[in-house]
Amino acid sequence: MTVAEVRARTAESRSQHEVVDTGGIGRSSSLKELEMVHNQAAVDGEAKFRLGSMSLYYGERKILEDITMDIPERKITAIIGPSGCGKSSFLRCLNRMNDLVEGCRVEGEVLLDGEDVYRRECDVTALRQKVGMVFQKPNPFPKTVYENVAFGPRILGIKERAQLDEIVESSLKKAALWEEVRDKLKEPALALSGGQQQRLCIARVLAVEPEVILLDEPCSALDPIATQRIEDLLSELREKYTIVIVTHNMQQAARISDYTAFFLIGCQGDPGRLVEFGETGTIFTAPADERTERYITGRFG
Amino acid sequence: MTSISREWLVRKTLMVTAMVVVVGLALVVFFMVKESLPAFRKAGPANLFSATWNPREGRYGMLVFLVGTLTTTAGGLLLGTPLALSLALFLTQVAPRRSRGLFSRAVEVLAGVPSIVLGWLGFTMLVPWIRSVTGSSGSGILAASIILAVMVVPTITAISRDALEAVPSSYAQASLALGATRWQTIFRVILPAARHGILAAVILGMGRAVGETMAVAMVIGPASVFPTSLTSPTHTLTTKILMEMGESTGVQRSSLFAMGLVLLFLAMALVVLVRRVSKARRYEGWVE
Repeated sequence: MTVAEVRARTAESRSQHEVVDTGGIGRSSSLKELEMVHNQAAVDGEAKFRLGSMSLYYGERKILEDITMDIPERKITAIIGPSGCGKSSFLRCLNRMNDLVEGCRVEGEVLLDGEDVYRRECDVTALRQKVGMVFQKPNPFPKTVYENVAFGPRILGIKERAQLDEIVESSLKKAALWEEVRDKLKEPALALSGGQQQRLCIARVLAVEPEVILLDEPCSALDPIATQRIEDLLSELREKYTIVIVTHNMQQAARISDYTAFFLIGCQGDPGRLVEFGETGTIFTAPADERTERYITGRFG
Repeated sequence: MTSISREWLVRKTLMVTAMVVVVGLALVVFFMVKESLPAFRKAGPANLFSATWNPREGRYGMLVFLVGTLTTTAGGLLLGTPLALSLALFLTQVAPRRSRGLFSRAVEVLAGVPSIVLGWLGFTMLVPWIRSVTGSSGSGILAASIILAVMVVPTITAISRDALEAVPSSYAQASLALGATRWQTIFRVILPAARHGILAAVILGMGRAVGETMAVAMVIGPASVFPTSLTSPTHTLTTKILMEMGESTGVQRSSLFAMGLVLLFLAMALVVLVRRVSKARRYEGWVE
């Protein structure tokens, strides 16, 4: 069974909900029109994620408040903002990695292809296969290069060697790593350089054929040359995947993203809020909000 | 006293105390070898490692006891390791944070139970129970294995818990983010990543089982013959030494030292094994 077939099988059960959820989309977009005044970016094409008044709590503490935005399909959306404004927590709401935090609670809507990912019957493992994640620090398993990439397909139940070989090769090619590691497939992944490890982590995500890739400051532990390679790679991947990248580096956001969201907290202890969301060009040249302008011109943060 | 001479004093004191330990160990080995030499010279290795123990006829074979030690140890580990591993997994992966402390204390208390207490419980409760169920004498390898399992569980649990806790959470995060379930993550990522530590835990548990004397002596039989079943009386190296120590002389006494020497080598081999395992390369490919 291929990854796609496994996916199709889960999609079957998903389509049963779709009829009900279409109503949900209509409702949420009208809600959106009411609530999103200055965040109403002209998003070309379809929205992959639609967030409606999403708030995130860790126990009693409110981390994010009232986030309403669309994440466009097959585009790169950058999330910028000062440290501690909830960027990473925001990202982890999209694939429910926040579930691992004790006392975590999400309010509002997080729709992926029109379905709320926080609905009760949502299959979290299927969600996470569809919405892959790359972490700040490269975190390959202490396995061989091959086994790292084959991990996801194996989880899906693919056992055939030839098929795994094929997935591993194509994933590594997509991650622009194949030429460098084709002779090192049986070597430990931790022996690769930091930049190669991060691309390996991207290949590992690609091996389960996701639709969305979330990246949490993927270059913060890398040198400029390795960073450049990741950025080139993301630009290539944009054609096939919806990419959301959290970054501390505003030049990086300006260089690679199509859309940019600017997050900010009022003062220490306040929840993070979405200040402005729009096309990257607009955000960086003519931001609507004064705070965005002050942040991107480096006057704080 | 100047600070330099004080430092000199501290250094020399530490060196002397450290030497005492090393010299002590050397003396232990020296005396064990010296005292067992008569047995090797007069009875000979062939006699010592034979299966017959009958000092009156000059037969000093320790094979029965060696087999007893190895089988009871293996039995204890076979029963104890799955228990200990499940407990360690429960403590690190499943138990709610609040109750982890409680279970950890319980394991520590179990580690502190004197072996004579376990032996007494084995003698008064376990052996009669096995006797009534199987219709045999009740004492033997099975009873000893069960008691040893209880004794190795705290050791293996504590050390494999540490090994499991040392697995970076980034591994688990990566696995979960790829859509693995919690169980897939535990069995495919966390356990393999901790396998060296877990193996070291089992080896240390083995060390405890090999050396245990009192508790085993109370449930093993005793009898200086090969067991005919898991519930027939036999002996281990430690229990044989314990039973014979007061009333043996000459070659018989010397052959007890030879048994001690064998135990010493077993223990040393285990230490070497632990070092090997914990030094093993951290990131070789996992076997699926």
